[in-house]
Amino acid sequence: MSIRLLLGDEALAQGAIDAGLSGAYAYPGTPSTEITQYVIDSDAARSGRIHARWTANEKTSLEAALGMSFAGKRVMASMKHVGLNVAADVFMNAVIAGAHGGLIVNVADDPSMHSSQNEQDSRMYADMALVPCIEPADQQEAYAAPAHAFELSERLRTPVLIRLVTRLAHSRATVVVGETTSPNEMSLPEDERRFILLPAIARGSYAALVERQPEFLAESARSPLNAFEDGDDPSIGIIACGIGVNYVREIFSEGCPHPFLKIGQYPLPESLFTPILDRCERILVVEDGYPIVERALRGFPVRLTPTVIGRLSGHLPRTGELSPQAIADALGIERLPALTESETPAGRPPSLCPGCPHADTCQVITDVVRNAAGGNGRIFSDIGCYTLGALPPFNAIDTCVEMGASITMARGAADAGLHPAVSLIGDSTFTHSGMTGLLDCVNDGSNVTIVIVDNSTTAMTGGQPSAAENRLVSICQGLGVEPAHIRVVAAMAHKHEENVAILKEEVDHPGTSVVIAQRECIQTARRKAKSKIAGGST
Amino acid sequence: MRRNVVLAGVGGQGLLSIAAVLGEAARAEGLHLKQAEVHGMAQRGGVVESHIRYADAPVHSDLIREGTADLILSLEPMEALRYMHFLSEGGAIITSDAPVENIGNYPELGEIFEELRQLPHVAIIEADRLAREAGSPRCANMVMLGAGSGRLGLSEASLRAGIEAIFSGKPNEIIEMNLRGFGLGLKAAAEALGS
Repeated sequence: MSIRLLLGDEALAQGAIDAGLSGAYAYPGTPSTEITQYVIDSDAARSGRIHARWTANEKTSLEAALGMSFAGKRVMASMKHVGLNVAADVFMNAVIAGAHGGLIVNVADDPSMHSSQNEQDSRMYADMALVPCIEPADQQEAYAAPAHAFELSERLRTPVLIRLVTRLAHSRATVVVGETTSPNEMSLPEDERRFILLPAIARGSYAALVERQPEFLAESARSPLNAFEDGDDPSIGIIACGIGVNYVREIFSEGCPHPFLKIGQYPLPESLFTPILDRCERILVVEDGYPIVERALRGFPVRLTPTVIGRLSGHLPRTGELSPQAIADALGIERLPALTESETPAGRPPSLCPGCPHADTCQVITDVVRNAAGGNGRIFSDIGCYTLGALPPFNAIDTCVEMGASITMARGAADAGLHPAVSLIGDSTFTHSGMTGLLDCVNDGSNVTIVIVDNSTTAMTGGQPSAAENRLVSICQGLGVEPAHIRVVAAMAHKHEENVAILKEEVDHPGTSVVIAQRECIQTARRKAKSKIAGGST
Repeated sequence: MRRNVVLAGVGGQGLLSIAAVLGEAARAEGLHLKQAEVHGMAQRGGVVESHIRYADAPVHSDLIREGTADLILSLEPMEALRYMHFLSEGGAIITSDAPVENIGNYPELGEIFEELRQLPHVAIIEADRLAREAGSPRCANMVMLGAGSGRLGLSEASLRAGIEAIFSGKPNEIIEMNLRGFGLGLKAAAEALGS
């Protein structure tokens, strides 16, 4: 036993390593990245006991994890909330096939969208898939979650989702680290045919999954992660999920005077709520994310007694992450004396690093698309550092929706007659979700120009390796782009005129063309240099 | 014993290194700790903040409640003002005087200083000058940690040990430079706050 200082992500990873983990697969995504990075950096992975890898995208990571589970070993796939959309196909079907070796899907949600384009709540995915979901309240629970989830997964033969939120994923705390469990030996499932989801088999498996729900509910009823503590003051009762538990405990540092129900494991059995509903006139539901528990309790028509308040009722903000102050306000607790928020500070959005290769490419694209063809062209972009090209001084992109959409949206707009329709996508995003869209363009002869900014890394999440590994040209050729219209340029300021000319030629080409703008990410380059020369800040 | 500290700055200033030293020192003193950090997109030259809370009893919330911060330690003057409303009665702002003007609409620096000076407990530290004196502008973060150290409730020895721990593996002269910067910051803040 030792005490360590760990991020929520790291605590979860250490907990999985200690619980007999054999495999970890992931595509990096804030705030989930540090789970898999921690496993990759661990002695267990370096020595080969754990197979930990970055994958092309979240779907391939979860499929690999499902395969390892099929072969009897404990495994996890980790992703950010929107990554589960990419992996939703395998997720929703893996639950029908079921797990053999313990299978965990770690999903880190991002309320307040610190680094995301929405704040969807992964508990709803768990609910839709009919699988158990564990929502740790703090780093210690995050450490304990994998052992519990693996045990549940193997006993109930189901994948288990562990849901984190940014504040837990990226907050460090002292964690008591315990003993380690040995990994499973390889073994195949006795009833292998449940992994063949032909309708005739899948119908039976789905019915069985539905029939087993009372078992899952009973697990939640027994789980110490769900606990009711009575209080002397039933004028209001408090139900708190996950990290919300901490905010409530913080406000009542001397102990909560109100009946208090802590929630950390789903699905939720009705019996769990009976004591607090019977005892209280009003109930405040505190959940970071969507008002899922609140909505279930309010029902339709809205239940009159007790009155349930929370994010739906407007007592807590409907969007954004929770804070201790928001909960104190919802409870009607007088504000502490505090200074008024200063109006002086200006916003300071993130920006491309000085010397970033994307800056040079943004300049080239704006010169060609904005300043030519009557300014009617549009630049369809994607998820990555180059999304910051949306901000001044570049104003270089017009769209950013989800991984890969740059290519396919450009194609659709071109089909509608828009010209130039230019796509701006990073190397890692291209291998994640851009290749199939490019194939569509090639097959249709779409009049689009796809600029792949190749900085040889997954930069935004901290410089993980890029799956393309300098094979972008051959990938594009393999997908059928005419070799004459695959142009490789150096993303350098002094090549500006030359690059403008090349991009203009390809924009004028009436068909699908690809311009690959290459230069290594300056952060990655700097890190490589820094590993030799030590500096004053880390 | 209980402390709520807001660390403020701009991505790339070495704020997470301060957080790491504080975490190390608090753990060495056997305290409970929670430390919310910013990773990902926000780090690219944008606003960076970290809430650090430690106590001799369990710490629940990862976030600091408004009106309860004992210290706002900022590597940048405008960023210090951004979190003013978190300050408790008696809480202090200790900030570097060096602006990072990577935005077009950066306010008048004199007005920022004026607003800061209206607060009862404020120290504005010439962090860059002291960092250069210590050996390199890159240790300005440790200068500011030194400047804040009188209000952190942690012993100087554990903070110095924390610096040695997080820079372990780096050449000795780097560790020495950061410790020197820490010492200069400590002295400057003691003079500014008269404590």
